[in-house]
Amino acid sequence: MRLAFAGPSAHYIPMTDLNSIEDVSALLTSQAYVADRGLATVAFLALTLGRPIFLEGEPGVGKTELAKVLASGLGRKLLRLQCYEGLDTASSVYEWNFAAQMLAMKRNEATDIYDERFLLKRPLLQAMEPQDGGAPVLLIDEIDRTDAAFEAFLLEALSDFQVTVPELGPIKAPEPPIVLITSNRTREVHDALKRRCLYHWVDFPGFDRELAILRARIPGVADALSREVVAFVQRLRGEDLFKAPGLAETLDWAKCLLALDVVALSPEVIADTIGAVLKYQDDIAKLQGSEALRVLEAAQADIIAAV
Amino acid sequence: MTTLDVNTDGHLHQNIIYFARALRRAGMRIGTAQVRDAVRAVAAVGFSRKSDFYITLRATFVTRAEDLPIFAQTFQIFWRDPEFIQTMMQALMPMLESMEAPPKPQSAERRAQEALIADMGRTQAPPRMREEVEVDSKFSFSDLEKLGSQDFEQMSAQELTAAENAVRSFRLPVQKITARRQRPSPRGTLDPRATFRAARRHGGEVLALPKRAPQEKAPRLVLLIDISGSMSSYSRMMLLFAHALKSARRRGFSEIHVFTFGTRLTNITRKLEARDPDRALTDVGQLVQDWDGGTAIGENLDRFVKDWSRRVLGSDSMVVLVSDGLERGDTTRLSQAAQRLQLSCRQFIWMNPLLRYDKFEPTAGGIAALLPHVDRFIAAHNLNSFKDLAECLSGKQQQAA
Repeated sequence: MRLAFAGPSAHYIPMTDLNSIEDVSALLTSQAYVADRGLATVAFLALTLGRPIFLEGEPGVGKTELAKVLASGLGRKLLRLQCYEGLDTASSVYEWNFAAQMLAMKRNEATDIYDERFLLKRPLLQAMEPQDGGAPVLLIDEIDRTDAAFEAFLLEALSDFQVTVPELGPIKAPEPPIVLITSNRTREVHDALKRRCLYHWVDFPGFDRELAILRARIPGVADALSREVVAFVQRLRGEDLFKAPGLAETLDWAKCLLALDVVALSPEVIADTIGAVLKYQDDIAKLQGSEALRVLEAAQADIIAAV
Repeated sequence: MTTLDVNTDGHLHQNIIYFARALRRAGMRIGTAQVRDAVRAVAAVGFSRKSDFYITLRATFVTRAEDLPIFAQTFQIFWRDPEFIQTMMQALMPMLESMEAPPKPQSAERRAQEALIADMGRTQAPPRMREEVEVDSKFSFSDLEKLGSQDFEQMSAQELTAAENAVRSFRLPVQKITARRQRPSPRGTLDPRATFRAARRHGGEVLALPKRAPQEKAPRLVLLIDISGSMSSYSRMMLLFAHALKSARRRGFSEIHVFTFGTRLTNITRKLEARDPDRALTDVGQLVQDWDGGTAIGENLDRFVKDWSRRVLGSDSMVVLVSDGLERGDTTRLSQAAQRLQLSCRQFIWMNPLLRYDKFEPTAGGIAALLPHVDRFIAAHNLNSFKDLAECLSGKQQQAA
């Protein structure tokens, strides 16, 4: 078990209290995150063994959200590193504040020009520093968007929890941060990185869990409508679409319907709001006319069958 | 060891190690560090439920989604009845081996061998071939020149060998793409960090202005090779070409992904990694099940678009489709898939061996459906067509379609 952090606020759950998978499950539930047993187990292992979690899955299944709820549930700071092509050290680890350095040198005031006060810290470096409330949660989001060179760099940073600033030397985390890496699988991430992590494939939730998530996240939606929404989206995932809707789309759609005061789904309502669920023109075209009605009827049949 | 005693750590450790071995035999790549992690993880989770045990091992052993079914199956077999674990271990090995191999390994292998390894000039009498073996490596430049315009389908076995050698030594000049990452360069924008470092050495006086410019990046290449019966004379050549591209030290592409399709789509990228071309092609032959069969271009392109395009394609990808475009039946699916494909890559090139006929007209259903969506349309029946491809990829040829 890792070190507990000092002075937790009353509603945070200190890490020392997380002694079983059930505790982690309860922590996630308290943050309105409905996780299955598998994800709770992986989260528990990550906290206990101090290993990064590697979450892979379709977009919009709650990968990023897990980092947010872990941070808020444990009362830790969340540091997010959004990956993109061409991500470099200057925007991921650190950068020197040249203007300030130059001025200090001109004024002859700084003996050490490579002092920490001239260092602009980026998420990876911040994660290696002690924070109030304990080691932070470091979210490395959508790692598949960066290139292989950055992966190789992460390999070093995540195995030793240490980054090096040439002018200052290595900076090592006194307490390893809780690291979550997410990937939408737009390309394969190298095995070497994945092997250092606890791997979890996040699948689309089943009907019951998706309904539970919808209820937990958007409590205002009427029960009958939320069942219809979930059943419809579940059906859509079985259709031949270019991009099946994720959980995030379900929640977005429910919010839209709530804002429009819809009480039940109808082909007209679906046609008006389908943009919240399907994001490709081909997919939307497929669901025009009688198709929407067919899927809706199938979804309604599912609800009746489930009761 | 008659029962799986959870308190006797030694036994459990041993079983986890055996299990890791079983997984390796089933084709998963597992390092020793992962086995150590698994043991630690199991100790941390405890042994209250079998499902937790399953998830714990899965989190530590599996590193890619394709392996999930293999893991599930192996887990089921391995931990089904702990009382028989010892006997299982002995029984397991042949079982796993059979899991690993295709259901009918011999027939598939033979078919693949026939399709891949058998010489392609079947009309040639074998004795003549043997006589000419010595000449093979001594093809002069003018012979190669002549070879360039000759149809693969009409080549003798000896000419084919020469052509194969030529294909193996092919290098493509590839047009680089400008990336966002920057490097020191005399032409470029000011690099403040380097400027400052240089100035510091001279007491803050700026004497030099180092510059940096965006780095150039190699594009990615995706080859989609039709291996149906009508393409058999050309698919081997294309596979050799793919292997040559993949194994070249300076290959000009950052990543190369190769897929074959006849009745189903197969990703053969990993199989082409073997250094020896014949070995690589034999491996491919074992993996691919649909040699020389029928073809469903539309369906397979669609599968590619849905399952792979978001993983292997990007704004820096070139897609080369090698197919005769002879699609039977409905072509709307083909047309849609091709359109989607063109939208998700940088350049979509279609190599078609049928283009060798002077009077070729794109009227057949499949061809008419594909053609509006390709950026370049080139022949694929002789060595010269590889030159055309090279020109396409280097950005020299501006209009071909």
